[in-house]
Amino acid sequence: MSIAAQTDSCPRQPIVTGTSVLALKYKDGVMMAADNLASYGSLARFKDIQRLHPVGKYTVIGAGGDMSDFQYIQKFLEQLIIEEFTSQDGHDLGPAQIHEYLSQVMYSRRSKINPLWNSLLVGGFKDGKSFLSYVDLLGTTYSATTLATGFGAYLAQPILRKEVEGRENELTEEEAIRIMESCMKVLYYRDARSLDKYQLAVITADGVKISESRHLSTTWSFAEGIRGYGAQTQ
Amino acid sequence: MTSIGTGYDLSASTYSPDGRIFQVEYATKAVENSGTAIGLKVKDGVVLAVEKLIHSKLSVPEANRRIQTIDRHIGLATAGLLADGRHIANRARDEASSYRDTYDAPSPLKNLAERLGLYTQAYTLYSSVRPFGISTILGAFDKEGPSLYVIEPSGVYFGYNGAAVGKGRQLAKTELEKLKLSELTTKEAVYEAARIIYLVHEDAKEKEFELEISWIGQETDNVHLPVPRELQQDAEAKAKAALETFE
Repeated sequence: MSIAAQTDSCPRQPIVTGTSVLALKYKDGVMMAADNLASYGSLARFKDIQRLHPVGKYTVIGAGGDMSDFQYIQKFLEQLIIEEFTSQDGHDLGPAQIHEYLSQVMYSRRSKINPLWNSLLVGGFKDGKSFLSYVDLLGTTYSATTLATGFGAYLAQPILRKEVEGRENELTEEEAIRIMESCMKVLYYRDARSLDKYQLAVITADGVKISESRHLSTTWSFAEGIRGYGAQTQ
Repeated sequence: MTSIGTGYDLSASTYSPDGRIFQVEYATKAVENSGTAIGLKVKDGVVLAVEKLIHSKLSVPEANRRIQTIDRHIGLATAGLLADGRHIANRARDEASSYRDTYDAPSPLKNLAERLGLYTQAYTLYSSVRPFGISTILGAFDKEGPSLYVIEPSGVYFGYNGAAVGKGRQLAKTELEKLKLSELTTKEAVYEAARIIYLVHEDAKEKEFELEISWIGQETDNVHLPVPRELQQDAEAKAKAALETFE
């Protein structure tokens, strides 16, 4: 067996990882949230990592999973955008095209048994329309008005659905921020690979805006009342 | 032409006894037949302009552009064979992209000009290929600021403050020399570029032409873009008016 074939069949695993990404559609466009943590296993290794990345003028991608694979994705998407720009044909890539392209890359890599170990949300706004879709390391895709990856799919998705579904055209940016904040807080309390520092991306008719890092305020006074595991005795 | 019939002009890999390579000189002739292209390096950016001669009234307006984009911050204008210009632009895009892959940074124009110079020169070495029938003006705004280069069919390349290639290059150069390029803004340079192209076209008045202008600099956030339609129309109107009063 050749060396290449051996490496191709090696078991693979993500190394430095990011956790959940959340996204929702609201009145003016799409909002996305992800914390600033990149973990090395259970170690909170990097606390200033941006997991929301703008692609072109209308799109943001948010990534969970392997951060080096995510950096690789950022690089090839940058080259793609430049290639499109240099053709000067009066067209540019919107979120739907970027999502389709990504899904084909993800599926072809998993078919080579060498996946890019990420779950990605692609959100955007172009020609008066919101776009929000998911794609992961298997090449699986789906769309909804609210999406969450990783632990967020279990912990935040039900909250997002309850708050957003049916109200996509009414929700204001302020309400959307409030919903995101409450979901990020739930994740910080319950997901041991998360951080209380996160960023928000909004994609509207005005283009892409990614916020500075925001801090979640939490209370832990209830902790001393917990009984049944840990250091305390009954 | 004294070179014809001597047998020394049949291949780019053969010198004449007095040390010339006639195929390269013929390629230069191909450039001289083409509409003029100029480049201006000014205070805060670069302007490229081309006199694109229209060979058929049936052709679609703005088709067959001779100013092309290489990377976000790099523009390229050619004079000579249109297809050769496209080929060199594709090569330039590959080089710029490869630089990004390697260094995760936009290519400095100096680097790109060297690569393209090397590439062009390689086409003067073999009997199996012909040299490029184009002179290429490269303009960019990189980390060093605005920069402008010209590559000839022989592969030589130089940096310039103002450059002109193609049929009307002599007159265009004279006009460029009159300008205080280092004091102009890109916007002012657009007006000068339009004026110069209209001026050099006077010698081929019977042929119709289309003006192409692009710019890179503070105005465009250092991205290579065609100048806005309104600005170009205004520049063309002023250029036509200036022709009336010239000399």
